[in-house]
Amino acid sequence: MPRWPKPPEGSWTEHYPELGTAPMSYDDSISPEFFELERKAIFGRAWLNVGRVEQLPRSGSYFTKEIQAARTSVVVVRDAGGEVRAFHNVCRHRGNKLVWNDLPKEETSGFCRQFTCKYHGWRYGLDGRLNFVQQEGEFFDLDKKDFGLVPVHCDVWAGFVFVNLAKEPEQTLPEFLGPMITNLDGYPFDKMTERWCYRSEVGANWKLYMDAFQEFYHAAVLHGSQAPAKFSAAAQQAGFEAPHYRLEGPHRLVSTSGVVTWELPNDMRKPMEDITRSGLFGPWDGPDLGIEKMPVGLNPAGCDPWGLDSFQLWPNFTILIWSGGWYLTYHYWPTTYNTHVFEGNLYFMPSRNARERLAREMAAATFKEYGLQDASTLEATQMMLESRAVTEFPLCDQEILCRHLHKVAADWVDDHRRSLAGG
Amino acid sequence: MTTLLPGEFAELEPFAPGWCLATEPERYAKRLASSMEEMQAFYDAITKRAEEAIAYCDRFPLDEMPDDAVNVMRLLYSMITVSFPVEVWSQQWVPDAGAAALDCVIEPGP
Repeated sequence: MPRWPKPPEGSWTEHYPELGTAPMSYDDSISPEFFELERKAIFGRAWLNVGRVEQLPRSGSYFTKEIQAARTSVVVVRDAGGEVRAFHNVCRHRGNKLVWNDLPKEETSGFCRQFTCKYHGWRYGLDGRLNFVQQEGEFFDLDKKDFGLVPVHCDVWAGFVFVNLAKEPEQTLPEFLGPMITNLDGYPFDKMTERWCYRSEVGANWKLYMDAFQEFYHAAVLHGSQAPAKFSAAAQQAGFEAPHYRLEGPHRLVSTSGVVTWELPNDMRKPMEDITRSGLFGPWDGPDLGIEKMPVGLNPAGCDPWGLDSFQLWPNFTILIWSGGWYLTYHYWPTTYNTHVFEGNLYFMPSRNARERLAREMAAATFKEYGLQDASTLEATQMMLESRAVTEFPLCDQEILCRHLHKVAADWVDDHRRSLAGG
Repeated sequence: MTTLLPGEFAELEPFAPGWCLATEPERYAKRLASSMEEMQAFYDAITKRAEEAIAYCDRFPLDEMPDDAVNVMRLLYSMITVSFPVEVWSQQWVPDAGAAALDCVIEPGP
């Protein structure tokens, strides 16, 4: 008997018949040709989260984002009127990258009144307008108003800044996100400003790391050694079942039930968890979120105790909200067909005292230990997928989100192929 | 002699020069470079005094901590760093994760 009721079709996967239940090919993760198609089909078309509004505290605050999959860099800035705008990070004169520091491939951030190109000193306002040309009289029929920065479509939802690199996006940002995501409106993301950011360059296709974080079937095994023996044995015996999965358009969600860590027997916890009153699920003493009721999109199965909701936003962005009143984001930025840059951020309400700060430190340190274990399988998987010795892989019902991600990638690439073929 | 820690934590002073480290990358590098014996000795010493150390730091606002309290905080961060090798792994690094990295590039103070 499953611990959680499955849909009437008998499984979560069959509840979404378009997924099928056949073994899957991972050809989309080892093919340079497929990645070349993904560049335009996915990263040139989808709304991409590039950061949060707190990174742009005042007019003139800016940051750059490298989007290698789309072969561009964007500069995101708060203009004089307070609006968030994005531009391709390129000077209109002779193509120099406009905003960078020391190393042209590295991202940067800061504050300025205008952008000045390092090459010939052309200057652009925060609204992208070309304001100054060095020795303007030497040019031929140059009208400055024709040479502003090239804008990138940019919109903000719940403080998350998104860009869209298409000439004309097919959907507005709210349409693209859909109700499953926008039903998180009201969550106090804006108050969770105490931030840890972790980054790594990973030798695996971007979708493989997404897969690692969008199923918990692995948790009792891969992470088994990280908990006291008694806890691990119980977890492995029980296995993992999610109380709720949901697919909506290209996005997906898994929700889990929780464990009341501090109600477990002592030998089920590590000593450091007791000292800091914290662990993987975060500080035991959650903050007052200051909201009257939780957003309707959270804890969709009504679990008590609830664990977490992991929202996988197409294509490469995850928002994971813990019941303990904090959240994580993951980004996976492809660089080649078998490499990507991973970025994980932890966001908490600001600590009010040393005890709270240490509980958050424990949560962040534990996140890293788990994350390293999750990352550990990636290069090993990439390497052996590339051997092509095995080409079909059976996925279980708890891996439904992996199945969906690869299907959406295939659908978007097919759609792009058809549009190239003029169909 | 100048000390890094408040007098009441004198028995932790021998660990302070090595483990009062300002950033996560420094703490993680120190963990990887230390022997298990060194980390066990530090862990045993600081976990005994952890509750008092936290209570000491709690007397100050986070943004106005005197230097010696900040050093206690940093020692407590390092306590958390070494707890994984000591309590879980019996080795410095995460098993099988030799090729993996997660670099902490932003962290809050103090």
